[in-house]
Amino acid sequence: MKILVTVKEVAEVDDEFGISGLDIDASDLEYNLNEWDDYAVEEAVQLSEERDGVEVVTVTIGPERSEETIRMALAKGADRALRVWDDTLEDAQYLDVSTKADIITTVAEAEEPDLVLTGVQAGDDSNGATGVAVAERLDYEWAAVVNALDLSDDVASVHRELEGGIEELTDVELPAVLTIQTGINEPRYASLRGIRQAQRKPLETSSLEEIGLDESVVETPVERTDMYEPESESDAVIWEGDAEETASELAQFLRDKGVVEG
Amino acid sequence: MTVLAVTEHRRGELRDVSFEIVTAGRELASELGTELELAVIGGDVDDFADRLNLDGVGTIYTVEEGEEFNHGVYTQAIEQLYAETEPTALLLPNTVNGLDYAPAVAGRLDLPLVTDVIGVEGEDPLEVTREQYGGKVETTYDIDADSYAITIRPAEWPAAEGAGEAAIEAFEADIDEDAIGATVTGFQEVSGGDVDISEADVLVSIGRGIEEEENIPLVEALADALGATLSSSRPIVDNGWLPKNRQVGQSGKVVTPDVYIAIGISGAVQHVAGMKGADTIVAINTDPNAPIYDIADYGIVDDLFDVVPELIEAFGGDVPDV
Ligand SMILES: Cc1cc2nc3c(=O)[nH]c(=O)nc-3n(C[C@H](O)[C@H](O)[C@H](O)COP(=O)(O)OP(=O)(O)OC[C@H]3O[C@@H](n4cnc5c(N)ncnc54)[C@H](O)[C@@H]3O)c2cc1C
Repeated sequence: MKILVTVKEVAEVDDEFGISGLDIDASDLEYNLNEWDDYAVEEAVQLSEERDGVEVVTVTIGPERSEETIRMALAKGADRALRVWDDTLEDAQYLDVSTKADIITTVAEAEEPDLVLTGVQAGDDSNGATGVAVAERLDYEWAAVVNALDLSDDVASVHRELEGGIEELTDVELPAVLTIQTGINEPRYASLRGIRQAQRKPLETSSLEEIGLDESVVETPVERTDMYEPESESDAVIWEGDAEETASELAQFLRDKGVVEG
Repeated sequence: MTVLAVTEHRRGELRDVSFEIVTAGRELASELGTELELAVIGGDVDDFADRLNLDGVGTIYTVEEGEEFNHGVYTQAIEQLYAETEPTALLLPNTVNGLDYAPAVAGRLDLPLVTDVIGVEGEDPLEVTREQYGGKVETTYDIDADSYAITIRPAEWPAAEGAGEAAIEAFEADIDEDAIGATVTGFQEVSGGDVDISEADVLVSIGRGIEEEENIPLVEALADALGATLSSSRPIVDNGWLPKNRQVGQSGKVVTPDVYIAIGISGAVQHVAGMKGADTIVAINTDPNAPIYDIADYGIVDDLFDVVPELIEAFGGDVPDV
């Protein structure tokens, strides 16, 4: 059995940041493994530990910098990694859902996995759409927002986490794409041994052309036109001063409100 | 040339987003100078259609097909309805179920898709607004296409009101059952546990700013000193530091206490969905740009590890060693 896991490096923004043009200044961004993908990697690795003959392959669309994140996934137990990047992707204004889905689909078509695990969303763009878009392109079954998974030979029995503390129980025929929700497992920390081993695991980089796509895959009718800090809707009263002063303001407020004892 | 909006229901009830999408759809239809049409798929479609017969709705298509949501049925039904009605804009809810079919529908129909939209404006091209980087910035996009799909964020538009005069039409979808490989077998409710945070008058709620499990006693001591109940954002529960019944938000509990003290919580939309109804919201967060301040009534822009011990002392509590 082969499991393909999408691994994205996401940008986190510093408390203080600037915007130039249509994105946040690169110097105000820090890169990390996407939180949701961390759970997807863990789920795949656990499945490979529970049964024989499971290969876990990761796929990433990202620049060379993202290899650090990819090595982290390898250190946690993925077997090998694929990365797609070239100048066309580098120069694109941004990559929309259909571009990302087309690329991942093309990689998946070559790999022919039984199961594709993605995160529910990426923490930076929050599109929440790539996994299901890939399923449709591959003609695989799918389930979005999965927080429990029980795998048999040809069916994935999942819980989909709906709103309001309700879970939907669904049987999904394989091959399938599942978008993984945080909390489904406890992602491990990479061990030192894992980190050493990861250095020797295969990490293959390909251009669009090498996977069989051309530049047109980045074309999209959806053009980003602006990025700005939202006008603060805040009319919050901010208590000023050192911690002792602000804490006593809050204490006074709570007493005045009559909601606390003491 | 219309706007076609798809509504949502669960276990016999229309969900709030179904009324919000009518408001969003009306707005979009007036930007485009066209008419709003609705689709109701599955469940008691006639009853749902009656309730969605609201001011500004042109036609409501009912698709009688199953009781509950199934993404295969939705995808096929919408594809066929789309072919019949040829809308300019396909409007879908950005809910957990919306995310389970919107990307598939957009793929089948070869439509550009923009998700989690919070604003629509202009006609040609349409400009949509969404958030990025956990709500720290907003971005706008022009959609330069004859037709497109967008999903709208729940609770962003008010629920539509006012009786309408919509035509209600049954639409016979031709569903290929063999093509559906996902079957819903049931529902399960997350169990109650020791406390019901939705009953509390004062909630001390903590987020990822607490950093480590070892620091939890600090906020427990604060909750004790205030006679308050401890709740949290999702990552705290995901990490297993507090049980699931303490989670506030979209996939946790909806709470409406007199006072909600959000400590080291950024205020992500899925968290806010669970606590915006609190009477008074106090935020303690080092980041003055954190979205939580948009809905807070009072704020302390400072390190929780400095403020919380002071607060415990102000109420005569013992500050634990963390
Ligand atoms: C389908 C779906 C459902 C979800 N459901 C929920 C839900 O029900 N409930 C929920 O909460 N989330 C939910 N989420 C997750 C949500 O998107 C956010 O990831 C989550 O709410 C973030 O939690 P947080 O605010 O604690 O963490 P972060 O966003 O990481 O914020 C931490 C905050 O702490 C501040 N901070 C850090 N250190 C300190 C310090 N020393 N002193 C003071 N402040 C500090 C930071 O400035 C930051 O603002 C859901 C997501 C999805 C996709």
